Amino acid sequence: MAATLKLEIVTPDAIVYSKDVQMVTLPAIEGQIGILPRHVPVLTRLVPGEIIVRTNEEKEFLAIGEGLVEITGERVAIVTDMAVAAKDIDEARAEEARQRAAARLRDKISDEEVATVNASLARSLAQLRVKRRHRGA
Amino acid sequence: MASARDIRRRIRSIGNTAQITRAMQMVAASKMRKAQEAAIQVRPFVQLLYRIQRKATTRPIDFKHPLLEVRAVRKRAVILVASDKGLCGALNSNLFRLVAEYDPQSTVFITAGRKAAQFVARTRRQLVADFPYGDTPRFAESRAIAALARDLFLKREVDEVRVVATRFVNTLVQQPLMLEFLPVGDIRGVEVPGAPPPEALAADRTEVLFEPNAEDIIGYLLGHYLNIFIHLVLLNAKASEQSARMVSMKGATDNAVEMIGHLTLEYNKLRQGRITQELLEIAGGQAE
Repeated sequence: MAATLKLEIVTPDAIVYSKDVQMVTLPAIEGQIGILPRHVPVLTRLVPGEIIVRTNEEKEFLAIGEGLVEITGERVAIVTDMAVAAKDIDEARAEEARQRAAARLRDKISDEEVATVNASLARSLAQLRVKRRHRGA
Repeated sequence: MASARDIRRRIRSIGNTAQITRAMQMVAASKMRKAQEAAIQVRPFVQLLYRIQRKATTRPIDFKHPLLEVRAVRKRAVILVASDKGLCGALNSNLFRLVAEYDPQSTVFITAGRKAAQFVARTRRQLVADFPYGDTPRFAESRAIAALARDLFLKREVDEVRVVATRFVNTLVQQPLMLEFLPVGDIRGVEVPGAPPPEALAADRTEVLFEPNAEDIIGYLLGHYLNIFIHLVLLNAKASEQSARMVSMKGATDNAVEMIGHLTLEYNKLRQGRITQELLEIAGGQAE
């Protein structure tokens, strides 16, 4: 029995994912990183993008927002503001959210708000990218 | 001795009161369910973030983040989180009793909720800012509070920030608490369920890699951590407030119903006495 990683993805609303997996690919701030069991302990930031989870039987895809990840030899713990499995992404709603955010950015708004809107724009873009890539799946 | 009419009037008026308190109880109960769910849902997130925070900030690293700096306390800020409305039992007065321990000269207040601001104004303490928060506290509201506290601390206007708020335990128990907010350290005085105890974390000396570097990660982490901390406090305060209100309104309704029972008994006795007397008078009249 090969070693496994315990992957946990937690958002403020729920525990989105909690399973033993073979490998995880994450969109870290310095580029995509693949994590296998017995990885050295790392703390790093995540940018909005796609997580690829490989378990024995299958591959799963999730879109995530920005966040932090704690990696140790036997677990990967992710705190993020958003995480949605590819099959649950509602493309129409994500597209709508993207357009809303883009429209909001064109208006005159404060710096604080720009940051918020940019974050939500990045979240919807991440969802759309993941969904469009796996449309067939 | 009250006349039968007086008693009848009182019964009716108490009945009206009971109706109102019952309605308020129902409203609080439904809001309570929502607020409790929200307060419970956010828990795993906070546990994990807290663990990462401890892990990141207890490593021996050759860099000091300004938010971690421990200074001699000359001036402190207290974030006081109370409710907007009353009629929630001893919830707010319990909080204010905790606050009364702070020296009014060297303490400034940041308040959330109308009752908190009123208390600070009434007791002539120093108020820096007052924030509103809604029935379902939004993250933006928490962030505004955290940002202000952080600025005060970074500008060295205060040397310590504490939070006084109510922790939601369950529907019947709400616990007024004082928590240390800044400088960032351990959460003392309250157990974070699911998080390993501080000793275990301190003992864990595994080397951790920071990508790209410790400064960047810790800066990002602490910002998030502070926002979430306040968010959790607000969610707890809201759940506590609604629970306390529901319980105290239920108490009021029960008391009213009991009182109506007593008054009805008294009224019936009075009526019976009068009927008996009238009968005696009629019987007496016939006998003559």
